[in-house]
Amino acid sequence: MIVRRLVDGVDERLDGTSFIRHNLRKVFPDHWSFMLGELALYSFALLLLTGTFLSLFFVASPATTVYQGPYEPLQGRDVSLAYESVLRVSFEVRAGLVMRQTHHWAALVFVASMTAHLVRVFFTGAFRKPRELSWLIGVSLLVAGIGAGFTGYSLPDDLLSGTGLRIIYSAVLSIPVIGTWLAYLFFGGEFPSPELIPRLFVMHILLIPAAITGLLSAHLALVWHQTHTQFRPKGTPEATVTGTPVWPKFALKSIGLAFMTFAVLAGLGGLAQINPVWLYGPFVPYSAPSPAQPDFYAGWLEGILRLWPNWEFQLFGHTIGELFLPAVVVPGIIFTALALWPFIEARARRDTAVHHDAQRPREAPVRSGIGAAGIAFFVLLMLAGSNDVLAKYLQVEVDTLNAVLKVLLFVVPAITGLITWWICRDLARRGAAPIARPTRVEFVRNAAGGFDEGDDGGQRSAAPVPGTPTDGEAP
Amino acid sequence: MKRAERIVAAAFLVTIISALALFVVYMRGGNTQAEGALLAIALGGVGVGLLVWAKRLMPHIRDETQPRAKAVPATEADLEATVETMESGVEEIRRRRFLSRMLLGAAGALGLAALIPIRSLGRSPGDSLLHTKWTPGAKLVTIDGTPVTASTLEIGSFTTVFPEGHEGSADSQAVLIRVEPGQLQLTEAAMAGAPDGLVAYSKICTHAGCPLGLYLAATHELRCPCHQSTFDVLDGAKPVYGPAPRPLPQLPIEIAEDGALFATGDFPAPVGPSFWELG
Repeated sequence: MIVRRLVDGVDERLDGTSFIRHNLRKVFPDHWSFMLGELALYSFALLLLTGTFLSLFFVASPATTVYQGPYEPLQGRDVSLAYESVLRVSFEVRAGLVMRQTHHWAALVFVASMTAHLVRVFFTGAFRKPRELSWLIGVSLLVAGIGAGFTGYSLPDDLLSGTGLRIIYSAVLSIPVIGTWLAYLFFGGEFPSPELIPRLFVMHILLIPAAITGLLSAHLALVWHQTHTQFRPKGTPEATVTGTPVWPKFALKSIGLAFMTFAVLAGLGGLAQINPVWLYGPFVPYSAPSPAQPDFYAGWLEGILRLWPNWEFQLFGHTIGELFLPAVVVPGIIFTALALWPFIEARARRDTAVHHDAQRPREAPVRSGIGAAGIAFFVLLMLAGSNDVLAKYLQVEVDTLNAVLKVLLFVVPAITGLITWWICRDLARRGAAPIARPTRVEFVRNAAGGFDEGDDGGQRSAAPVPGTPTDGEAP
Repeated sequence: MKRAERIVAAAFLVTIISALALFVVYMRGGNTQAEGALLAIALGGVGVGLLVWAKRLMPHIRDETQPRAKAVPATEADLEATVETMESGVEEIRRRRFLSRMLLGAAGALGLAALIPIRSLGRSPGDSLLHTKWTPGAKLVTIDGTPVTASTLEIGSFTTVFPEGHEGSADSQAVLIRVEPGQLQLTEAAMAGAPDGLVAYSKICTHAGCPLGLYLAATHELRCPCHQSTFDVLDGAKPVYGPAPRPLPQLPIEIAEDGALFATGDFPAPVGPSFWELG
């Protein structure tokens, strides 16, 4: 009865209950890899919940005070109100530390699952026309997610994050012509400026989350409207989508996944310590922690800085700082290439068609090779970003390790890419079941009573096999 | 009751129990680990319950096939009509050329006006990056304000110094190192500012601005903990390894009659990472 009145009410005011019925029956393809994007969505939801709680306690002020809280090693130390408020939420507010640590873990999972989602979309060609806009929004979300993470972990005003901010400040300073002004306007003056924490706070709890919410809504609306790509079930045309209706089964499964995500993150928040800012101590400009590693998603950026040679250029009596290339230009190129990938690939293949089928990596060996090379590249850069820890662990000099990493940074991605390309091409040639299926040869009896290899065997293998490469370099 | 039903019911029961337990833990003063674990179990109970319910108890529909939204492409007439609608609007505006140009001008001026508040976000850099708080005669003191004297440092040791009255200053921080007087290989002018093997350099790495925390006494090298830039203390703090492009500027110092150290001037070059106006 209630449902009937609800439906009547909607129909009389917004008309068209067929819209509701249609959308409740909307089908979603059933494939585990679609879970990755949902993971990102739900960790963002948890970020908003835990973040709201934390924002009620955080004091975005650089003003100093003498710490007198319960954490004994810091008692009597001069700390900022920001740092003190983080210690307070960690040690004095009940359930505060669970919230803080859950928030940090959720941030890591948010960026990690976006990355995994991006990798899935890349390798299955799900970014192809007509979904380029979803891809662009997705890359923007990744950038915004990294920005949210960075501004967030800089807020506690501890020694570790202060060092990260200092590096960002130096990177902005290195930009030709406008760098100094840009750094002063953004950071409020020469680093460390008292203006900074309030600005980071506004960015972290207002501007970036608002941007993410907007982009996310558009991303979801596009997926809803355009539907998922999928590995097409046999006997259905590409213009259809096959799967499970939203209501009730898919909805229940998805909400179940949301709760599982929350559960894991809450468990991590309570049981796995993360970002113990009380151990790093408050930020002071004349000290840096060693070893110092950023959160994982900034690790590759740190890796570029550590491996880049000390090139500095003079131009018309001005200086282009060493940091400009590795900290501004290279990441800029990487993100631009990532964002433009659907257009680069479409142009390279002269492909203007609309695609709804997800591809298996073997169906596009060149793309898969480039993707694998890219992953190897990022892994090596992340290793380089923690070269001091790695060197200690491997018991080699950092200088030696750096020299090796500089070579590996080019060799490993090249080899990984080539091997991936080769495997994909080979798999594609052999068809759907490469290992199980033996090569098929037909013999025909000849006039002499012997056997010749039959002609029609060749015809058979010329028939289109699912998974034929479309890169165009296979025969 | 089916087995799957029992599992779902049990999962929800687990949630109820652990949520209540969470309440008790909270009331009794809280405990991070218990809160996290109970919260995880409570949330996980709902998650498992919903997943099992959906997967095992709901009709197994995986193959419902529907047309995609864009199954029917627009006709040529549709497309033409859309283009026509858009263009006619633009045409209507452009018909009044003078007005549309004035509109562009107004929008541009408004855009510029909107930039003005951005100027309030920070003060002008001016020459602030070119100078620090060091002045001729400024005493070298440690972070707690204790004056540094010639006898403070043993050979092979180092300390962080600031100009008196500016303890903790970010851009003025310097490292004071004592080496064997004969070992320094500096220019004559620089040598004058490094009496008795006491030499002071800016503590800010010329790469990304991290404070140089590590002094390797055996090799007389300063190393940055951030990106491993390494500077040769004996040779004017020239970079010998890593990404730092420039030497650390040397702070000229002298020993007063009472043994106290003071600076004879500011650093001869800007400290910290490079920037456009560095020259």
